[in-house]
Amino acid sequence: MNILVCIKQVPDTETRIKIADDKKSIDPTDINWILNPYDEYAVEEALQIKEKLGNTTVNVISVGPDRTVSAIRSALAMGADEAVLVKTDQVLDSLATAKALAAAIKEMEYDLILFGKQGVDDDNLQVGPMVAELLNMPCVTFISELNLENGKATAKREIEGGYEVVKATLPAIFTAEKGLNEPRYPALRGIMMAKKKTIQEKQVEIDSPKIEIVNVEYPPTREGGQIVGEGIDAVPELVRLLREEAKAI
Amino acid sequence: MSKPVLAITEQRNGNFRKVSFEVVSEGRRIADQLGSELIAIVLGAGINGLGAELGKYGANKVLIGDNEFFKNYSAEGYTKTIVEAIKKIDPEIILLPASNFGKDLGPRLAVHLDVGLATDCVAIKLENGKLHAMRPMFAGKVLAEHQLNAVPYMASLRPNIFPVLEPDESKSATVEQISVPISSSDLKAIVKDFITGEGGKIELTEADIIVSGGRGMKGPENYKIIEELADVLGAAVGASRSAVDAGWRPHSDQVGQTGKTVSPNLYIACGISGAIQHLAGMSSSKCIVAINKDPEAPIFQRADYGIVGDLFEVVPKLTEE
Repeated sequence: MNILVCIKQVPDTETRIKIADDKKSIDPTDINWILNPYDEYAVEEALQIKEKLGNTTVNVISVGPDRTVSAIRSALAMGADEAVLVKTDQVLDSLATAKALAAAIKEMEYDLILFGKQGVDDDNLQVGPMVAELLNMPCVTFISELNLENGKATAKREIEGGYEVVKATLPAIFTAEKGLNEPRYPALRGIMMAKKKTIQEKQVEIDSPKIEIVNVEYPPTREGGQIVGEGIDAVPELVRLLREEAKAI
Repeated sequence: MSKPVLAITEQRNGNFRKVSFEVVSEGRRIADQLGSELIAIVLGAGINGLGAELGKYGANKVLIGDNEFFKNYSAEGYTKTIVEAIKKIDPEIILLPASNFGKDLGPRLAVHLDVGLATDCVAIKLENGKLHAMRPMFAGKVLAEHQLNAVPYMASLRPNIFPVLEPDESKSATVEQISVPISSSDLKAIVKDFITGEGGKIELTEADIIVSGGRGMKGPENYKIIEELADVLGAAVGASRSAVDAGWRPHSDQVGQTGKTVSPNLYIACGISGAIQHLAGMSSSKCIVAINKDPEAPIFQRADYGIVGDLFEVVPKLTEE
């Protein structure tokens, strides 16, 4: 089986995000770039399938500038076999990213393509299902469980208030939700091996963005917070404030 | 007259989800600014009686796609049917819920229409004829104003943010059946079943009140006091990442950057210190209460009201009150 995992490099979730001077983008200095956490679930799932089925390749692909290589190396260190970087310095919207990925993937053959459900940077949640539509493949989003049998997949799809059981024929695309698995930490051997693996660079035509950021600001700061008191003695006053002042209960 | 606004709505088991009324209400407001018609669309199985209700919230016309294929959500079936409807309607703006339904469907429609889509918006406005959408990024660490440059402008709306218009019983919508141009061979991914989560649980992203527990809960068995308070308030139960990573609560309960971003009227954080990822996910709550024994905990800087104390004493007392 051939599995492809589409990954993204994002700022570490511990990063305090600073707005750049142009007020339209994020200041890249001091950012610690990591493999998108949801993509780790996708890589882990692919590796577990490989370990279970044998005779399987797990490749990764990403779209981005040179720095993206470090996120790709993280996926290789976990155990992925080969990697492709669709290199671009342009600012892409989700559709342009999906088109670039689809153009690169069209030249390859995969039974299974996995994504994280979202990048924890722009929070667009678009690229997975977009690639599916561009490649005319079935796609199940937000999966927390995946089982493969005889060219068919059964997935649990997390939705509000429960989950759906979805059956799909392969080749198919899935986007990983938290809970799918516990991603492994790369072993030292994996990290050393990942450094030796070549990352194939690809150029594809990049579409112009159809949506652009015109302004970025910090959310309004919350003010006027008060410590109502200490211990259980403060509870009646809190309840009064919630009822009468905040009208929240 | 300008081209219409289209509101894509979501129903489950023949009932509109609350966010559908939010999308129709916001659609009405934006259609009024454009001076255009608001058309709503709903797909489902055996839902013919469902459409008229949306008229009270401002829809001029409701399109219904009723078909056995739509007993559950079908990504492929919905995409094909709605794309065909959109081509006939030729809308200026398309709004849909930023629920998991809309987050799945929206990107697919955007591909077929070859347009941009703003996900999970907290405000939208028209500026020089273009749609501008405010949306949080980095789970709310920043707010970004996006300009959509391709018509139809598409935006999915975050649940619990946009006010629902007071239903006007005197208003009604024309209801129209639309064709469902699909056959079973079009569907390569099929929902076989829907399994409800633990009994009557309220969904975090839609909850009016959330009671959340963190590392200070000390263990899974202690969430009973959180659940009891939640019961009294009709609230949903949330958790911090450390509580989820410790295996105390299911992943679906996690609030924060690698969990859910929530905007309830009231958020009660119990034994949560306020790590940056957690604060990002709940800072858009209208009122925040923090209960923590550490007076230096960062959560107090975000809280409207704080109690410094032992949550194992304070929370049961709060339930009692």
